Amino acid sequence: MRNIFKLAARNLFRYKRRTLLTSMLITLGVVSVLLFISVSGSFKALMVGQITDSMLGHVQIHKQGYLASVDSLPLNRNLTGKQIDKVVQVLAEEDAVEAYSMRIKLGAMFSNFIETTNIRLNAVTPVDEIKTAPLLTERILEGEKEGLLKPGEILIPELIAKGMKVKVGDGIVLVANNKDGSVNGQNFMVRGILEGISGPGGRDGMVHIEDAKTLLRIGAAEVSEVAIRLKDIDQLPAVFASLQEKLGSMKNQQGQPIFEVHTWESISPFFNIAKMIDLMTFFIKIMLVAIVLVSIMNVMIMAVYERINEIGTISAIGTLPNKILGLFVVEGFLMGVLGTAVGTAISLISIAIMNATQISFDFGRQTGLLLSPAIGVADVVLVVVIVIAIAVVASLQPAWKAAKMDPITALKHV
Amino acid sequence: MSVVVAKQLVKTYVAGDIKVEAIRGVDFSIEPASFVSFIGPSGSGKTTLLNMIGCLDPPTSGQLQVAGQDITSLSRQEAARFRGEHIGFVFQDFNLIPVLTVFENVEYPLQMVQSWPNEKRKKRVLEMLDAVGMADQAHKYPSQISGGQKQRVAVARALVTNAKLVLADEPTANLDKETANRIIDLMKQMRDEFKTTFVFSTHDPRIVDNVEITFALEDGTLHRLEKSAGGDHA
Repeated sequence: MRNIFKLAARNLFRYKRRTLLTSMLITLGVVSVLLFISVSGSFKALMVGQITDSMLGHVQIHKQGYLASVDSLPLNRNLTGKQIDKVVQVLAEEDAVEAYSMRIKLGAMFSNFIETTNIRLNAVTPVDEIKTAPLLTERILEGEKEGLLKPGEILIPELIAKGMKVKVGDGIVLVANNKDGSVNGQNFMVRGILEGISGPGGRDGMVHIEDAKTLLRIGAAEVSEVAIRLKDIDQLPAVFASLQEKLGSMKNQQGQPIFEVHTWESISPFFNIAKMIDLMTFFIKIMLVAIVLVSIMNVMIMAVYERINEIGTISAIGTLPNKILGLFVVEGFLMGVLGTAVGTAISLISIAIMNATQISFDFGRQTGLLLSPAIGVADVVLVVVIVIAIAVVASLQPAWKAAKMDPITALKHV
Repeated sequence: MSVVVAKQLVKTYVAGDIKVEAIRGVDFSIEPASFVSFIGPSGSGKTTLLNMIGCLDPPTSGQLQVAGQDITSLSRQEAARFRGEHIGFVFQDFNLIPVLTVFENVEYPLQMVQSWPNEKRKKRVLEMLDAVGMADQAHKYPSQISGGQKQRVAVARALVTNAKLVLADEPTANLDKETANRIIDLMKQMRDEFKTTFVFSTHDPRIVDNVEITFALEDGTLHRLEKSAGGDHA
């Protein structure tokens, strides 16, 4: 085998320019794919982090049917008493859960005593909310960030702050309907302005959960959703499956499911963008495969054609067909290895340079997001394996042709 | 025992509806350590005959034994293996592998065809290069040596495996007179030293003058030419 590699390497070296050009083409393809994977992966991870860490959490639990009617923020689909206890008990059993936050989601009328508008609110326990959505405080554009908020205070979304000309420290009134349809009002002091982000709940205001209970005249324990943060997002599928098994299977007296469990992926529209990025990555990999396939096959067909007489000679002196096949397949393999090795090296250096230069970008209303491209070993290995495997596959047809060549015809070839 | 025995050997080529009988039922035998040539005009069938003896082209009918083995029905793989073990080839255009050095070209059959152990292989290659007078050129590539030197290397490559039979198709056609004579002398010397049978297909009278047996081919039929007292074939 060593001799086949030696001979194959020498034959590649014999046509230096052609080998270099083909390898460069493979290098270019590998660099494109690895850089795209690293940059898009970085963008995706950043956006997922922004969405889950500043609002959604990784998993949410609701009462069955809540999300289907979330636009109307239905108070009659809140989790109550024993249901909440069950959720708390199940979450306590999950080691992968870092924190969770119980929220009441409500709609209200927001008045600055001059104008009135609608507002959607999340009522939270600040300590739990900060643990579940650690980037939430980063969204506070004006006002005190420490401790998030206290009873009697409200964080208002920046669009309402601008539209209603409300500043930090101003007094406002919230008027809300409770479950029975009666109306109640309560004064709040504006604690801060919340930056709007993409996705569900990204433009909601925030109040303390005790204020929401007073405003809505809720006496017993009641929450609209439980947002959960995991210690490691990679554990999401396992935790989701476990919660589905423990909570999703529970039925009420009518035989209907009690809970619904969702990952951030099924709640946030960004997941579709993430899926598109994955799809684009897939198509770029397909393009890479095509580049490698066409370039290697072209070169190997040329190599066989140019060396017909030589194939006839080695065949005549007794080289077995499988060795001739191996010789040409190894040439394709080596070209794949060369192109991939150079391409991987260039990609890793480029990623290091991009990280050192700290490239920032804007996405929607979010500005100055810092791009930190990174690539996993698994992705590099996958690309390397794909390219080398395709290089071998592309060499097979010309190599097969060489191995099957009639030595007499080959020796007569001029 | 004869190295080559052919009985009623026939080779017919079919191109569409046309059948061409290149070899028409020939009988001959070649003894070990002999120097034999097949001569005849272009298209007479001498290369076809050489290809059949060399297991490169199977006969259409008849019997053909080489080195004691019936080679008429060998598979492609078996034929390749047989060639690698028993037959050496010397080509008109030398056909050395350009990316290998002189040493590596001679080493090729031992390494890629017969898998000799390293030390034994290198010793044998050096012996052969020494025998053909190319030991001092061992590390040169074919592009760096002359035509005559290339043919010497080709002879060494053909003999390195201890082949019982060397088939040489027009081995002197691309060489000048002086070099051709040296190559013929070399092959004779090799025959004497290694007891190898050399079979030529040739037009070259210098080879014909030097061989012991000459077979003349014409329209696919074979006649043995007897050597006259003066050494000429008649």
